Amino acid sequence: MSLDSQQQERRRPDWAALAIAALLMAVSVVIAWSTASHGAGASYARVGPTTFPYVIAVAFFGLSIWTVFEAFRGDFPEREKQEISPILWIVGGLAAQMLLLKAAGFSIATALLFAATARAFGRGPLWKTIPIGIVLSFVVWVIFAKGLQLSLPAGPLEHLLF
Amino acid sequence: MDTFGLLAQGLLTALEPMNMLYALIGVTLGTAVGVLPGIGPALTVALLLPVTYKLDPAGSLIMFAGIYYGGMYGGSTTSILLNTPGESASIVTALEGNKMARAGRGGPALATAAIGSFVAGLLATIGLAFIAPTVVKMALSFGPAEYFALMILAFMTVSAAFGDSTLRGLTALFIGLGLGLIGIDLQTGQARLAFGIPDLLDGIEVTTLAVALFAVGEALSVAASKGGDSTIQAIKGSVWMTREDWSRSWKPWLRGTAIGFPIGAMPAGGAEIGTFLSYSVEKNLAKKPEEFGHGAIEGVAGPEAANNASAAGTLVPLLTLGLPTTATAAIMLAGFQQFGLQPGPLLFATNPQLVWGLIASLLVANLMLLVLNLPLIGVWVRLLTIPLPWLYSGILLFATLGTIGANPSTFELGMLLAFGLLGYGLRRFGYPIAPVVVGLILGPMAEQQLRRALAISQGDPTILVHSPIAIVLLLLAATAVLLPLYLRARGRGKVLAQLGANED
Repeated sequence: MSLDSQQQERRRPDWAALAIAALLMAVSVVIAWSTASHGAGASYARVGPTTFPYVIAVAFFGLSIWTVFEAFRGDFPEREKQEISPILWIVGGLAAQMLLLKAAGFSIATALLFAATARAFGRGPLWKTIPIGIVLSFVVWVIFAKGLQLSLPAGPLEHLLF
Repeated sequence: MDTFGLLAQGLLTALEPMNMLYALIGVTLGTAVGVLPGIGPALTVALLLPVTYKLDPAGSLIMFAGIYYGGMYGGSTTSILLNTPGESASIVTALEGNKMARAGRGGPALATAAIGSFVAGLLATIGLAFIAPTVVKMALSFGPAEYFALMILAFMTVSAAFGDSTLRGLTALFIGLGLGLIGIDLQTGQARLAFGIPDLLDGIEVTTLAVALFAVGEALSVAASKGGDSTIQAIKGSVWMTREDWSRSWKPWLRGTAIGFPIGAMPAGGAEIGTFLSYSVEKNLAKKPEEFGHGAIEGVAGPEAANNASAAGTLVPLLTLGLPTTATAAIMLAGFQQFGLQPGPLLFATNPQLVWGLIASLLVANLMLLVLNLPLIGVWVRLLTIPLPWLYSGILLFATLGTIGANPSTFELGMLLAFGLLGYGLRRFGYPIAPVVVGLILGPMAEQQLRRALAISQGDPTILVHSPIAIVLLLLAATAVLLPLYLRARGRGKVLAQLGANED
């Protein structure tokens, strides 16, 4: 019990929460700045297109201050320790799919995402999961692009078979 | 025409062979996806939205209704057999249901949940049919000021009233409202917060945001925490309910419906309050209260009925006022908007066939689910045994499929990635997800109503408090924020935290 409260003491202030507060402040500034620099056109109504953005910018400002208070009071919930490498695998998979989609087509690009996600959850090796992903994505492409007429980008593989 | 006539006409639409087929596909897909662990009804609906892109509006919405109800059923199966923490669609069902499954009574637990959902779905859908015309009549007298007040109330109940922190609820809401600002202003055509990027001029797609927050964010947070050691309970013994099970179940079904429907139908949101209320009511009324906590069938039957009844109830504000009060409803609203349909009182006048066809097809979907669920339960259970790596690889495959199908651009996928990271961050620090989604879709609508009201009054802000209805709604909204703050300060916050829910 005493150890727990000691740990909590040590966590104050909650630096991650302070970072969130800083982020909220940054959002507030960006909204206000963007609205001020683009809303040049004179508005006839008192409540024009710039009013709501300013209200929200002010709200973010207030939430930021409130978050600082809660960070010092230690009001944020306990957090488990996180592993970074699975996150990097999934983010990498999504990025690979995004960049390769136009060039390599849906099946190949999505297969990379599929294999990277499986890898993030500890399933491999990639030379096995990528082919599985290609087959699966290709089946999905046939169903959705040919069956349901969704516009999914076709690449060399899709052109080869259709 | 009276409600019965309209409903009968709707049934004729719903019973057309093609529409029956759409409903069947909808409930099957909805159940199959809803059963998967970690996928709640909101994500089910968001993931399956692309399937409906190329259908006509009526068929698409009918399939959608099936997906919605199917997702609810699937979710309860998951929580009974696999005590998944974080699957909030039916937390309470998991309390007793999982205990029953552990005691080898998984079959009757699933059966009472399925039949209870059917009874609740049936009664609540009929309730929807009868209440809707009255609410529509009332809503037609609402001006922009009343609508604005109503939306403020919905904002506050969705974000601040429940959950474990007013601050984090409000922050999540304002993230949604801020994202809603992006794009071309509806009234003046002025670009806002687009930073010169043409892709942003159309604003942010609700489905992209929802799929990113729920699917990508969830995958990231599950992968990073390496947790999730949950064991699936095999179904032992008979699936059928005994005579005693029946006699202990039917009253909780009806009570659950009576509690859940009004709560869902209120234009105020507020997630799973109905299931918790129903649980405590059953606990107090039970003949064998000592069984609660060890697998009491009343504790499954009541909350499950309440859950489904309130899910049908949320369709009342959605269809009659165009007001989504849950993340699921927000995504359904996006589903309507893809066909240029705006739910609200006018839709009942301009497109009665569509609305009543939808309501009637809810009845059809409900019956299909009962027929489909009891015999096929073994198939759904097998879906639960998919290993996590394949499950999440598949979820991300379909998540990106939906985004690419709606808009095959690199930029859209980039937003999916960015919002996925946002979703991970929100989960990591205990921020709720639903207010972000509701804020995104409801924010621009609230702004429009506000500006319309002020245009009518020529800039005089007192118009917002001119009518008694608006004053009452705004006072309720203020209560929804201040009362929880007071309760938490007095150390009563635990109850509120329990009532909050991330998904649905």
